[in-house]
Amino acid sequence: MRVCIVGCGAVGSLFAANLARLDDVEVWAYDASREHVDAINEQGLRLSGAGEVVGRLRATTDAAELPPCDYGIVATKAMHTDAAIGATAHAFADGYVATVQNGLGNEETLAQHVERVIRGTTFPAGKILEPGHVQWDVKGDTTLGPYDDRTPLEVVETLADACTRGGMPTHAVADARGPQWRKVIFNASTNPIGALTGLTHGRVCERPDLRALVSGLVDEGKAVAAAQGITLDADPEELIDHAAQKHIAYDHKASMLQDVEARRQTEIDYLNGGIVRFGREHGVPTPLNQAIWALVKGVEQSWQQ
Amino acid sequence: MNICVAGAGTIGSLLAAHLGRVTDVSVLVRRADHARALNSDGLRVSGRADFTARVTAATDPADLPSPELVIIACKGSDLEAVADRLRGEFDGATVMTIQNGLGAEEIVAARGDWPLLSSVTFMSGTRHDDAHVEYILDTATWIGPYRGTTPADARAVADLVVTSGLKAEAFDDLRPAQWSKLIFNATVNGVAALTGLAHDYRFAEDPLGPLVHALVDEGKAAAAAAGVELWEDPWEMNLLATQRGFRHSPSMLEDVRAKRETEVELINGSLVREAQRLGVDVPLQRTVYALVRGKEASYT
Repeated sequence: MRVCIVGCGAVGSLFAANLARLDDVEVWAYDASREHVDAINEQGLRLSGAGEVVGRLRATTDAAELPPCDYGIVATKAMHTDAAIGATAHAFADGYVATVQNGLGNEETLAQHVERVIRGTTFPAGKILEPGHVQWDVKGDTTLGPYDDRTPLEVVETLADACTRGGMPTHAVADARGPQWRKVIFNASTNPIGALTGLTHGRVCERPDLRALVSGLVDEGKAVAAAQGITLDADPEELIDHAAQKHIAYDHKASMLQDVEARRQTEIDYLNGGIVRFGREHGVPTPLNQAIWALVKGVEQSWQQ
Repeated sequence: MNICVAGAGTIGSLLAAHLGRVTDVSVLVRRADHARALNSDGLRVSGRADFTARVTAATDPADLPSPELVIIACKGSDLEAVADRLRGEFDGATVMTIQNGLGAEEIVAARGDWPLLSSVTFMSGTRHDDAHVEYILDTATWIGPYRGTTPADARAVADLVVTSGLKAEAFDDLRPAQWSKLIFNATVNGVAALTGLAHDYRFAEDPLGPLVHALVDEGKAAAAAAGVELWEDPWEMNLLATQRGFRHSPSMLEDVRAKRETEVELINGSLVREAQRLGVDVPLQRTVYALVRGKEASYT
């Protein structure tokens, strides 16, 4: 089996290095960072933290070098999906492309470039320490499912099995929208609140007025999911309270807060923006998500003034 | 006429300096070095005007000449402390508040039985140091009676302010103007503080314009429930301000940039509490209020 990781940042690297441990999987990585790609080709891709792994794989910044692949795993930030799959689509002419990205709308973007798409959502997280070296912060499950009937479940099961054998526990399910929407609702209801206030997850949750705002955002997300017939696999509220505990993620700065502090474009269009968009399509009002979306867009605009 | 200006931030300095050209002005400040600077150098105004006014400054009300009018010009977040220091002082004087938001008059009224005037101001400037303020926006101050005062009293003060070179207008009932400004400030200051954007055309266009409009609509619903017919439509005020091409940084934005306590309680807090009391749901205003308070909490 040949797999290409499209976007070999922190999450992409977790999949790339772990899959590269398997004898029956040939791993390629496509990434825009020349330094990261060179380091991977010279010394392998190293993970440390939650697991110590050195994966041997081929990395490239030049999509033309990619051979035909059985699977793609797209792990770019959501705003780079279109460019990344546009450049690499030729490698998946006969293959299947999975997304493990944050947010809503990635599958739709992939389907504009490739025939067969796998919906996915993943919880493991990390950060790039230096080129070729990634800190593995959090282990967690991944869920994959067919995007539409052009992708048979057995094909998804084969990829999930490889990920699991490599050390990334992955489930194949007929409808992956439940886990995806649970994670999107969690992220959309907490990340921007951290980004707008500067507070960690735990401190957001211990302020009653902000915790009530989080619940208001969750309720809108749940209504949009319900209108599409999606059954969430768990209540995002539980995940939010669980993460707020001192020993879990009380001190965690949401990735969007890190983006704002570094003045990097955020994924707001694919989180709250996605909930607003799907809500509009299904006639569900989402005034709070719309307000939060507009405020974070305003934050991004302020960097240009 | 002897006027005491309590609090010499931007607004207090602009008032004290201008009024100091036409009448005797004393200034009550918190810091001794601030009082010394004013007594030795006078108070300089640059920008739209260029002059230096002589004022008498002190940190203790007992050291100041007895005034006929006291203008409390401190920030809303300092109002309780300043009003506490005036307790038992300046018997017979009329006291005027000028703070943003709602409720400043009640805070002062609870600390003495002075006759009270209410006011709101739209002028703005930048305070460069203790004895130098730059006059930037020459928009008006609106004055109305509150307790034990008449429309004629408000007009007399407005006339004096105009004579001193600032803009002012008297109202028989200030509440319509006060509510217009409250809704405008809660919306514009809140959005500016949260986004980091100065008040400019982006507050009237996508993606922020619709949010600003929706926040204003919530405020208008609360005003209607309070029986207040707004003096100006806050959305029109927003359009007008963003069209004049000057990118004003609202004080709440300046405050969060400097990690200072903001006026969110007096502005957004009083709007949300008043709406709640009136039974009007204002979920977006509540959101902005909670987020700005959260931002203040993040300083520590």
